[in-house]
Amino acid sequence: MSGFAQNTFNGLVSGAFYALLALGLAVIFGMLRVVNFAHGAFYMLGAFGAYVLLTEAGVPFWAALVIMPVGLGLLGMALERAVIHRLTRLDPLYNFLLTFGLTLILQDLVKLRYGVQSSPYETPSLLSGTVNFGLFDFPTYRVFILGFAVLLCVAVWWVLTRTRIGMVVRASTERPDLTRAFGIDVGRWVTPVFGFGIGLAGLAGVLAAPMRAVNPLMGADLIIVVFAVVVIGGLGSIFGSVAAGFGIGLVQAWGEAYLSNFPIVSQTIVFIVMAAVLLWRPAGLFGREEAPA
Amino acid sequence: MTSTVDTPADAPRAAPPSGLVTVARAPGWVRYALLAVGLAVAAWLPNGLYPAVAVDILCWALFAVAVDLLLGFTGLMSFGHAAFWGTSAYVTGLVAIHAGLPFPLAVLAGALAAAVLAVPIGYLAVKRTGIYFAMVTLAFAQMVYYVANEWRSVTQGENGLQGVPRSLFGWDLTDDYYFYYAILPIVLLGLAAAWRIVHSPFGRVLVGIRDNPARARALGYPVHRYKLTAFVLSGFIAGLGGGLFAVGHRFVSLDVLHWTTSGKAVIVVVLGGIGTLWGGVLGAGIVVRLEDWLSFSGFEAIGLVTGGIFVLVVVLFRRGIWGSAAALARRLVARRR
Repeated sequence: MSGFAQNTFNGLVSGAFYALLALGLAVIFGMLRVVNFAHGAFYMLGAFGAYVLLTEAGVPFWAALVIMPVGLGLLGMALERAVIHRLTRLDPLYNFLLTFGLTLILQDLVKLRYGVQSSPYETPSLLSGTVNFGLFDFPTYRVFILGFAVLLCVAVWWVLTRTRIGMVVRASTERPDLTRAFGIDVGRWVTPVFGFGIGLAGLAGVLAAPMRAVNPLMGADLIIVVFAVVVIGGLGSIFGSVAAGFGIGLVQAWGEAYLSNFPIVSQTIVFIVMAAVLLWRPAGLFGREEAPA
Repeated sequence: MTSTVDTPADAPRAAPPSGLVTVARAPGWVRYALLAVGLAVAAWLPNGLYPAVAVDILCWALFAVAVDLLLGFTGLMSFGHAAFWGTSAYVTGLVAIHAGLPFPLAVLAGALAAAVLAVPIGYLAVKRTGIYFAMVTLAFAQMVYYVANEWRSVTQGENGLQGVPRSLFGWDLTDDYYFYYAILPIVLLGLAAAWRIVHSPFGRVLVGIRDNPARARALGYPVHRYKLTAFVLSGFIAGLGGGLFAVGHRFVSLDVLHWTTSGKAVIVVVLGGIGTLWGGVLGAGIVVRLEDWLSFSGFEAIGLVTGGIFVLVVVLFRRGIWGSAAALARRLVARRR
């Protein structure tokens, strides 16, 4: 039983990363109709930035947890102003290609400077050790990640559904023309929302630094799984993306624990789930039906 | 401030190349002249370049044309075509190593395997359009990558398949120069097949679906089935390229299935010009030559250059080289009249 609890807990922790990344992708997609391939690269930059800050400037984890998301969010806003907004009127595929190119550039820049080997990042002392909730010893840091991610998702949900800003953003997402007709300046929200999504990716990266290997390629493979996650959840649905993030984390952890005799299945279980969802509900579990095409 | 998009992403949209010519409409003599120039360049290529690079260009030309068949003529951006290129590379390698067949038969087996794999992936992927199609194909290609990575007894995992033979009825093809001429007919057949598909009634329906799927459906065309057929044909042609690539390198590594390979195929097409079969061939020549030159000069960060090309082309130069040249030529002709 405690084995099951442990697998479930670990699944929720890795699901927290999927959820944070999927949330950023979904918010950006909702506002700009851009699928940001570079999301994984920004996650990597978050982790790498935390590592560089610590080793080269002695900046601790807690400061990096604020500096990196804010810095990357600003970088994201600059990027949106400089290139991405030129392409938002065109087919979304162009921005997908653009951000793909940016991914290659960012990865190689980091690779040139720091090489491809993984760098260790020490868990902050406050969060090292374990907590015992009765079933088994939970690593404190993972408990912190899970709690932090859930809080963050709830906060974003609260902002989107309960505040005026959230209402404007949701309205601009769903009916931009109608919202404009009400005299609301839709365009002014585009850049901040993009920056916010990028900031979330950077935050996830900082959180990942003490737990995962920090290297230039850490974001690329992850983002493809996150794409599968948002296809499963339905990219148009913010709730769906977050739920699918946690769900896929769980399915993956259980798969690795109970299907370890079939490594091919346990390694590809996300994509098997995606295939099943495409068969059953092509628009995603929480997505709206596409116009027939 | 008008940087938002007004249409929902789920609405049917024209594919990237809409607004460009649907199918080449240059006068007959221009087309024959271009064909003659193209064939002459193909016949000369290994004399002017490293023959191994020339072989790579041929393989990538097939790959690019396969991707363009979907992207340019069906309006579907596959970001996972490495699945077919790579699967064929592995199957070709395995068949050539274990069955000792002449290499064209091994390549045929590889391409058929790629086409078979394209059936389930295509069946699922064509349920989504636009950006979702790109994400779904990317994800399935990653799945194929993980399977190849885990299935070490067959694929040798990270070591790759070594020593893929180049046998052809006892002829000695170890020299890349002769090997180039041995594969040239196969590549030309593949390119001719793509041209034939685009210019057939079937190809016209694909373009119709690309430009207005709702209308194509209203006219009674089974849109999903057409897209799936195009996807499988494209998988087969990509497989031809991948199989030849495996025999050309005498080695198959996991790189052939990596997502960067899928991305590179799309860059090649966009650089050359979406919806212009010639553009894919031209783009393949440029990208392969450039990467060879970069790695030869010891520059390590090739992604910096390919990524940079990507960004520049997408921001400034969306018609690609062939598309821009064709537009320029048309404008000159129009002015003369």
